[in-house]
Amino acid sequence: MEFTDILISLIKIIVMFVVVLVTVAELVYTERKISAWIQNRIGPNRVGWKGLLQPYADVIKLLLKEDIVPTAANKFIHTLAPVISIGVAFSTLAVVPIAGETISMFGREVQMVIADVNIGILYILALTSMGVYGLTLSGWSSNNKYSLLGGLRSSAQMISYELSMGLSVIGVVMVTGSLQLTDVVTHQAGWMWNMVLQPVGFITFVVAAFAETNRTPFDLPEAEPELVGGYHTEYSSFKFALFFLAEYANMITASAVITTLYLGGWQVPYLELLQLPSGIVVALQILAFVVKVAFMLFVFQWVRWTVPRFRYDQLMDLGWKVMLPIALANVIATGIVILLIS
Amino acid sequence: MQAQTQDKYTLTFWEKLYIPEILKGMKLTFGQMVKKKDTREYPEEKWIPPASYRGAPVLVQEENGIERCVACGLCSRVCPALAIEVQAAETADEKERYPERFEINMLRCIFCGFCEEVCPEEAIVMSPTYEMVFTDYEDAILGKDKLLTPVEKLRPRLEFLREHR
Ligand code: SF4
Ligand code: SF4
Repeated sequence: MEFTDILISLIKIIVMFVVVLVTVAELVYTERKISAWIQNRIGPNRVGWKGLLQPYADVIKLLLKEDIVPTAANKFIHTLAPVISIGVAFSTLAVVPIAGETISMFGREVQMVIADVNIGILYILALTSMGVYGLTLSGWSSNNKYSLLGGLRSSAQMISYELSMGLSVIGVVMVTGSLQLTDVVTHQAGWMWNMVLQPVGFITFVVAAFAETNRTPFDLPEAEPELVGGYHTEYSSFKFALFFLAEYANMITASAVITTLYLGGWQVPYLELLQLPSGIVVALQILAFVVKVAFMLFVFQWVRWTVPRFRYDQLMDLGWKVMLPIALANVIATGIVILLIS
Repeated sequence: MQAQTQDKYTLTFWEKLYIPEILKGMKLTFGQMVKKKDTREYPEEKWIPPASYRGAPVLVQEENGIERCVACGLCSRVCPALAIEVQAAETADEKERYPERFEINMLRCIFCGFCEEVCPEEAIVMSPTYEMVFTDYEDAILGKDKLLTPVEKLRPRLEFLREHR
């Protein structure tokens, strides 16, 4: 590894960080706007043009609050938990490719992905299951019954949905024949998106992704009416902001992964027929990726303000008795079809 | 007492699949999302009350700059909240008496409109003003200087009163 390689990686990481942070801020804004529109309100429109600076005002407000650590809390883990949450949320994005063509930088062909590891899918699954530690540890270390319940719920929920998530992805792996995300995307050229090839897997994956990101209808770990704030009841100021950030960053990650695995990633159908110069192609591919991710994010928020929260037993029923069998059946069906075709 | 029996609603196959029902719900919320909102953006977009609206009571000022009030004290007498204080004095004008001091305590006023109803001269009427902000108790006691309002501004209310009283 030479210095230039490190430099290029650093640049990519910093760009990703900044983009994700800004997107998170604006996601908070769009979330409030969409909820307002669905409830026939207007939403924030005072801070900045059309209220666009509202999330920054919120962040400043949060940072100016006092940071309280409960006396009975385990201080080290209490501080560590939000860091785990946010770290996991960000690092998953490292393997997501955002464009197919390479661009040249410092005399090298640079791929539009931070780390093109050949076990990308495994990496994503491993890291998302790490995310549960952040929530569980925060619930446990706060020494508060509501937090503990929230943490427990999140671990139970995430473990149940992890399974069907993994099984849905197996369908994609079988179709692609590779665990590398760049291969997965390349394989979905034209309209051969995995959403078309794997409709059932797509649905189970999206549902599991909702559960993994703790979004409504699966936001039981932070069910306000029952658990005060859930796992982050005892958090304030910057640590609370980190959890908040992690939730939205997780949403971005989930959308990016769904896009990559099922919506064709950066693929623009029939773009190669136009014979465009590679710079424009890269730009278009990034644009396609961003549009798809933005659409998924919109769907996430749209669903949140449409569907009420599940009851806990319903959630478990759905995970184990419905999602898991469907995902398993999907794997078997995919296997049979592949066998018949080849 | 008989135990309450509740018919259990059994879901059909399609409803059990959740997804079609969720899509239906999403269609509904999308409809709400694009609907025109009825919100009035208040400080920029002010509401203009109709003539029947009872806002802050004010004194009518004729075109010649003199108030109509003859300081009979009826409004002060009728006010259920004891918000009005009138002090009469003599004047060379045709009406002979005028209020030397006329104060309405806006913190006491309950906007009942009795003062307007009882006034024999149509001298005190309810204006369409609904924005009243004070930072001090003293500021809330409005004297004659603040209460006097040109008759043109109160024309709709005066016409409304003629018609309906
Ligand atoms: S509106 Fe009613 S409360 Fe207010 S000053 Fe007139 S009589 Fe008194
Ligand atoms: S009732 Fe009318 S005329 Fe009499 S004091 Fe009050 S405002 Fe003046």
